[in-house]
Amino acid sequence: MDNEQPLNSKRTDSSTFGPYRQGVLVKPYERLNRHHIKWLNDASMSILNEPGIWCYNHRAANLFKAHGAEIHEEKEASGSFFWRVRLPEGLVRDAVSKAPSRFILGARKPENRLLLDAEVPRVYFGTGSEANVWIDVHMEEFVSVDDSQIKVKVPRFREIRGNTTLLCRAAKLCEQLEHLDFFIRPLNIQDSDITSNNHDANKFFASLNNTTKHVQAGLTSLERLNDVIKMAEIIAGGRKDLIKNPLISFIACVFKSPLQIVDETAEKVFAIVESGLPLVISSSPQGGSSAPIQEAGMVAQINAEILAGITLVQLIKERAPVLYGSVPVRARLDNLFDLYGCPEFNQYNIDCVQMARFYKIPCYSSAGVGDAKVPGMQAAFEKLFTHLHMAMSGAQYIHYAFGLLDRTNSFCPVQAVLDNEQIGKIKHCLREPKVDPSITADMIKMVKKVMASSHRLFARHARRAMHAGDVSSPYRFEAKESEDKALENALGYMTQLENESAPHLDQATVDRIFNEIPGLMPGLRQVVK
Amino acid sequence: MDQHMLEKIALNVIQGRLEADDEGFDEGLEGKPAVTELVKQAIRDGVDPKSIVLEALTGSMEVVGEKFERGEYLIPDMLASAECVGAAMDLLSPHLLRAGVETKGKFVIGTVQGDLHDIGKNIVSIMLKGAGYEVIDLGADVPTDQIVRAVKEHQAPYLGLSALLTTTMRVMKDVIDKLKEEGIRDNVKVLIGGAPTSKEFADQIGADAHCKDAFEATDLLKAMAH
Repeated sequence: MDNEQPLNSKRTDSSTFGPYRQGVLVKPYERLNRHHIKWLNDASMSILNEPGIWCYNHRAANLFKAHGAEIHEEKEASGSFFWRVRLPEGLVRDAVSKAPSRFILGARKPENRLLLDAEVPRVYFGTGSEANVWIDVHMEEFVSVDDSQIKVKVPRFREIRGNTTLLCRAAKLCEQLEHLDFFIRPLNIQDSDITSNNHDANKFFASLNNTTKHVQAGLTSLERLNDVIKMAEIIAGGRKDLIKNPLISFIACVFKSPLQIVDETAEKVFAIVESGLPLVISSSPQGGSSAPIQEAGMVAQINAEILAGITLVQLIKERAPVLYGSVPVRARLDNLFDLYGCPEFNQYNIDCVQMARFYKIPCYSSAGVGDAKVPGMQAAFEKLFTHLHMAMSGAQYIHYAFGLLDRTNSFCPVQAVLDNEQIGKIKHCLREPKVDPSITADMIKMVKKVMASSHRLFARHARRAMHAGDVSSPYRFEAKESEDKALENALGYMTQLENESAPHLDQATVDRIFNEIPGLMPGLRQVVK
Repeated sequence: MDQHMLEKIALNVIQGRLEADDEGFDEGLEGKPAVTELVKQAIRDGVDPKSIVLEALTGSMEVVGEKFERGEYLIPDMLASAECVGAAMDLLSPHLLRAGVETKGKFVIGTVQGDLHDIGKNIVSIMLKGAGYEVIDLGADVPTDQIVRAVKEHQAPYLGLSALLTTTMRVMKDVIDKLKEEGIRDNVKVLIGGAPTSKEFADQIGADAHCKDAFEATDLLKAMAH
C-alpha cells in the first residue's frame, strides 16, 4: 500500500445531515508520522496473511473464502474445529475502502444526533462498560473525640448490584449532563426477573425511555435483536425513519485477542449488519497478555483484528456504517489486570485513532478509566490523564468517559457528574482558536480604547466574550474556604439534576412497545407527564 | 420628556454602556446613544442634574448590585456600570457644584511606594466613583509624602491604601505614622486592601478598616457615613 495516498474517497455526496451535537473540533495531536503509519499498516497486513486469523464461525470463514481468502480447517488440542483464514492485503484494502467515512448516529431529539466523520476530528464523549456495581455516595459527619466543635464530613460508599431501576436513573442523569454526547448502558441489569431472553429489551428500553441522546449497547442474545429493532422502529416512527435516524447502534467484540473470531459474536455481526443499523467493531487486547506490550506490536495486532472485522462487515454488506473500535489496554504486571490510567494506554489509543483516520473510518475510542475504586484524587488523575490526551487525539467517539471506577467494574453517578465538569473544561480548552483579521482588528481597537482610558483596565471589555460563552467558568465544585469540597458539592449538584423530570416517551409509544415487545419489566412502564 | 431621558440613562447604566459603540449586556444596543451621549443631551436639554443623579444613576446602580448578588452579573458588568456612573458624574459635577449639590465625600486612593500593582486599586476607584464619591486617584508606587500631601490638600475624609506585595504592605504603616506626625490622623478614615493584607494587619498598623474587595469598601464607607 502506498501510504502517502489515501484510500479511495468514501465521502458521501454533499448530503445535508440536519442538526447534530457540536462536540468539539480539535487540532489532532499525533504521535505517529507517515512512516510509522506505513510500517504499522504493513505489519497488520502481514499478520492477517501469516499467521492469519483463527475463525470459529463457519459462515464468516466461507465469506472470506468467497472473496479470495485462503482458509484451512484445523483442529485444536481440545478437539474443536476452527478455520485458519489468511487474508490477502488486496481483499482487506478493498473492503475497508468501502466503509463509509461519514454517517449519522441518530437520537430521539434531532439536536442530540452525532455526525461522525473520519476526516473531521470532532470529538464526542459518552458512557460505556456494563459494570455490575453501582456506587452510591453520601457524606457523613464525624466529630472529633477531643473537641466536639471539630467536625469533618467524610464520603461513605455503598455498593449496589446493578438493576433496571438504577439503569433508568443513570440514563436520566446522563440526559442532564451537558457534555455527555451519547449513552452506552454503563450498568449491567441483574434484577431477579432479568434473563438472557429479556436482557436486551429491558436494557434498551430503560435507556431509550430516559434519555434523548444516542443509545448504544452490545447485544446479549441474537434471538432478541428483532425485538430491539422493533422497539427502535416504534420510537423512530417506522423502519425507514430508523435507518435515516438510527437512534440505536450496537457494539460487537467479534475478536477475542489474539486474532480469534468468536462464533456467536460473528453471527450477531451478520444480523446487525443486515439490519442496516450502525455497528462498532471493537477489539480490546491487553498488552502483556493477549497482545504484545510493546506499542508497535500492540497497534499492529489490534489494527489487524479491527481491519479483519471491518472487512467482514463490508463483505456482508457494502457501505454498512461501522466504527473502528479500538480499546487497547495494558496489563498490570503485578496481577495482569487491565491498567488504564497509564502512559501506554494513551500511546496505544492515540496510535489507533491515527490508524482509523488513515483508513477514513470514524474511531470509537476510550478514556476516563482508572484503577481508583472511589471518587477522589487518584480517580481525578487517572481520568484527566486519559480524558485530555484522547480528546487531543481527535477520536470521534470516546466511550468509558463518565462515571467508571475500579477499572470498568463500577459505575458511580456522582463520579459521572465530576467527569462531566472535567470533560466540559477539556472541550473548552481544545476549542478552535478564534483568531482572524477581523478579530485582531477588534482587539487593536480595544487596546487603543483602554490605553486612552483613566484606569487602563480591560475588565469591562471582557463582557462580550463572557456573555458569548467564550470565557470558561471556574471549577463548578470549588470550595470557598481552605478545604476540598468537590465531592460534597458535586453531590449537591447531582441532587439538583436528578430533580429534573425524565424525558420519557409518550403514553401511546410506551403502550405500543409494551404490547409488541415481550419480556419488559412492568416497573419500567413510565411515561412523560 | 425628562422622565423618558432619565429612564434611558438608567437603562444604559444597567446595560453598562458608556459610549454608543459599546455592546451592553443585551443584544442589539450597539450604535445607539449610551450614557455619555445621553447625559450630554440631558444637560443640553436642561434636565435637572440632581434628578439625573438621584433618579437615573443611584437607583440603577442598586439594580446592578442586585443583579450581581443574584449571580446574573459578574465583575466586568459591575465595572461597566460603575464606569458609566463615573463618567456621568464627571460631566455633571460642574453643574452639581453650581446647584450646591455635594458628593458623598472625597476619597484619596493610591498604591503605596514600591508597589506597581494597581488592578485592585483601579477597581475600587471605579466602583467608588460609581457610588458617588469624588475619587482622587494618585496611581501606583506613590511616595508616602505625596499621599499625605493629597489628603491635606483635598481635606479628604477618606484614604484608601493598596498593596499587593508582602514587602510593600508595611509601607501602609509609614503612611499612617506620617498622618499622625502631620496631626491629621483623626481627620481621615484609613481603609486598606490588597491580597496579603487582613483585618489583623489593619488593626496592627492602626488603620480604620480592612476591605477584602471593592464591594466591602463601598459597604464600609456607607456604614461610616451613618
